[in-house]
Amino acid sequence: MTDIDARAAMHLSDASVSVELETQGMTLNIGPQHPSTHGVLRLVAKVEGERVMSVQPVIGYMHRGYEKLTEVRTYAQITALVNRIDWVSGFANEIPWIRAVEKLMEIEVPERAQWIRLILTEMTRISSHLLFMSSYPLELGAATPLMYALREREYVMDLIEGLTGGRFHPNFNRVGGVKPAAGGGSTQKKVSQDLPAGFFQGTREAMDRIDSVMDELDELVTGNEMVRARTIGVGVIPPEKAIEFGLSGPNARASGIDFDLRRDGEPYLPYDQVDFDVITEQTGDSFARYLVRKEEIRQAVRIVRQGIDNIKPGPLQAKVPRVLKVPKGQTYVRTENPKGEMGFYLISEGGRIPYRVKIRSASFCNLSILSWILEGALVPDLVAIMGSLDFVLGDVDR
Amino acid sequence: MNFWLELVVKTVLVLILVVLPVALVVIFGELKISAHIQSRIGPYFAGGRFGWAQPLADGAKFIQKEDLIPAGADNPVFRFAPYVVLMGTFATFVVIPFGPDLAAENLDVGIFFLLAVSSLSTLGVLMAGWSSANKYSLIGGLRAAAQLIAYELPLVLAALAVVIQAGTLSLSGIVEAQANMEIFGLGIHLPYVLTGQILSFIIFTIAALAELSRIPFDMPIAESELTMGYLTEYSGLRFTMFFLGEYAAMISLAAVASTLFLGGYYLPGLSGDALKVAGPFILLGKTLILCFVFIWMRWSWPRLREDQLQSLAWKWLIPLALVNIVVISIFKVVL
Amino acid sequence: MAQQVNSGGFPLKGLFTGMKVTFLELLKKPVTVNYPKEKEIPVARARGVIALDTEACTVCMLCARECPDWCIYIEGHKEEVPPAKEGGRVRTRAKLDRFDIDYALCMYCGICVEVCPFDALFWSPDYEYSEFSIADMLHDKERLTEWLATVPDPPALET
Repeated sequence: MTDIDARAAMHLSDASVSVELETQGMTLNIGPQHPSTHGVLRLVAKVEGERVMSVQPVIGYMHRGYEKLTEVRTYAQITALVNRIDWVSGFANEIPWIRAVEKLMEIEVPERAQWIRLILTEMTRISSHLLFMSSYPLELGAATPLMYALREREYVMDLIEGLTGGRFHPNFNRVGGVKPAAGGGSTQKKVSQDLPAGFFQGTREAMDRIDSVMDELDELVTGNEMVRARTIGVGVIPPEKAIEFGLSGPNARASGIDFDLRRDGEPYLPYDQVDFDVITEQTGDSFARYLVRKEEIRQAVRIVRQGIDNIKPGPLQAKVPRVLKVPKGQTYVRTENPKGEMGFYLISEGGRIPYRVKIRSASFCNLSILSWILEGALVPDLVAIMGSLDFVLGDVDR
Repeated sequence: MNFWLELVVKTVLVLILVVLPVALVVIFGELKISAHIQSRIGPYFAGGRFGWAQPLADGAKFIQKEDLIPAGADNPVFRFAPYVVLMGTFATFVVIPFGPDLAAENLDVGIFFLLAVSSLSTLGVLMAGWSSANKYSLIGGLRAAAQLIAYELPLVLAALAVVIQAGTLSLSGIVEAQANMEIFGLGIHLPYVLTGQILSFIIFTIAALAELSRIPFDMPIAESELTMGYLTEYSGLRFTMFFLGEYAAMISLAAVASTLFLGGYYLPGLSGDALKVAGPFILLGKTLILCFVFIWMRWSWPRLREDQLQSLAWKWLIPLALVNIVVISIFKVVL
Repeated sequence: MAQQVNSGGFPLKGLFTGMKVTFLELLKKPVTVNYPKEKEIPVARARGVIALDTEACTVCMLCARECPDWCIYIEGHKEEVPPAKEGGRVRTRAKLDRFDIDYALCMYCGICVEVCPFDALFWSPDYEYSEFSIADMLHDKERLTEWLATVPDPPALET
């Protein structure tokens, strides 16, 4: 009982009721269909009154067998599949995969392709974090930031669609660069898939709009005393626990771990040529996680602006053979996805089809902390904490 | 007139002519205002460009739905719960004065009767939550019971401050007192909210929002956690009754707040016969303005957690309301 | 450094700032595009539906092979074409019998369009082809040729 009380005190700012009541616990199934689990996640929660005694997450409802699918598909086909893992940030999922293949084939990617990849990745980060900004206040009860954030997200989606043809699943990366031409025939080969006219102007306008909506959301959500009262001090993750459970991305940075693969990991995109800050907070509560993501949007806007200023003309794809055969070898590439660290471990035996692909997804590791952090929390705090971890079930179950 | 005939006529008049149309207007207002706050259109199809027939269309849709009762539900309690909530709400309209002599029943203990009867809804909510055979509804019902009981006290204490200043429990009497107000011998006709009752007004509004289970106090419903809380298992006509009951309660509490604090049917410059004709519309106008503020608050703020809600009521609102009563009493004696 | 609930200014300032934001938004025009009365025009590269040029297709089966879902069904036969000149060789030409794309399976990835060496497949941004029965989502040769009329010109590039 004392163990639970210590953790409960971590969750409640005031002392709990001093009268000892005989209560009977209830097993509440926060089931696969629920408004605020981000997908089909089942939590078997033992609840006493409003306090959650223990939580057991049950996952696997969304398992699509990605690693099995990759055993029978060629590298180009897998690129089309990979952006559906974390369906909110489509383009960012393709980057670690395509970098793994390029590493094994030892292909160098031309400058312009790298910059286009950088711009699209940061736009995807903006889009994924805007979705967080819209759904997190909704779980706390405010329904209007939903619409404001999604409205601005549409502009980013339109830009991605204008360039790649797809809003969520761009399928724009190719081994050695980005998609160079519309097709393989004699006329289609000349239709370049480079930036369409109006892209720079549209991007500048969209980034200005996003800056202004972030100011609006700051006034509406960040400064709101009720949001602060619901999230400050709720769901504190100490840095040691964050490392122990394998948290990454904004969740870890909110606990004070100053680690960002864009700056500290193996370089996979020209991040050393752009200027940006890595945002960390020290408190590790839900409010800190919200603040980190909010500021990351502003930093991503900075990066995109620098990207479209610095991009130079050039080829879109390196020379690759028509029939793609990857030499024998193994490699692991990890990148900074909006949700955290995503990694692809690729084993190739030569040939057109990989031998084994293992996907290390950010949300799976972020979700593993749930059974520890939700012990002793109140039911409304359960929702606030789950929302602040920002996991997507497609990323968890693959 | 025959007592029973008069009773039936007054019930029909008040319910059909006042409550239902105004409830439909407020529902439509909520749909449209919330839509424009969220940068979208709202209803636009049912009833032409403005979609004014949307609440009627929704009502017609609900009426023709299948009557679902969960298998494990406690049948009589489940069926009876919406009516208990509605009884508590509709009975409050009996004493609200729409004009100088236009209350359905001008009771001398008007405000006392109103506050007593409006707490019947708490029982209905608890019945709904318990009988639904659904753990989420149970949690919602218990939260609702705790919240509604906790916020009864600030509601009553804030109204008590007005009663002390007016010197009468009757609602028409309170409006008359505001109409004939005199400060320092000057015949100023100001509503009570401007003459010392501003704190009571704030406390009353907060407590009213909590009584209605609206955001920021909508833990019992808490859509993102409990999928409608105690209302989860209700569908079709029963849900419509809860739905209408919630908006009727909103109108009733807004009308009471207008009567107590904003001057009710009285507007300076009008008197006698002009007041008999324009009174209802003036009251309606003030009520709609307050409803607009309630809707505006709902769509701007998130919800408070249960323990924060309770500590707000017990640790802040009740002491403030008590201090307020003491201050008003002192002023009443001195001035 | 822990955050305070009150972020500065007078108590409950954040609540009133929030209400100001929503009130100002109330006065602005909504951004809704009233579908189906008004429609947004999709961009030229948008992946809506695939159009087929049967004249250009040589039944090489590359698109059916490379599709990740194997949703393209192709059948063809070889035909003898009489020689162009007197005494020349009899040529064989592949003729398309059946070319179906099952849009209930299609992933809209574009690999088939990209891999076709003969410019027979094109992307069109048209997206309004929902059906009531899944079997109707299998577009046959004739229907795919009809989509060719909706294929836009490629957009101009950024300079």
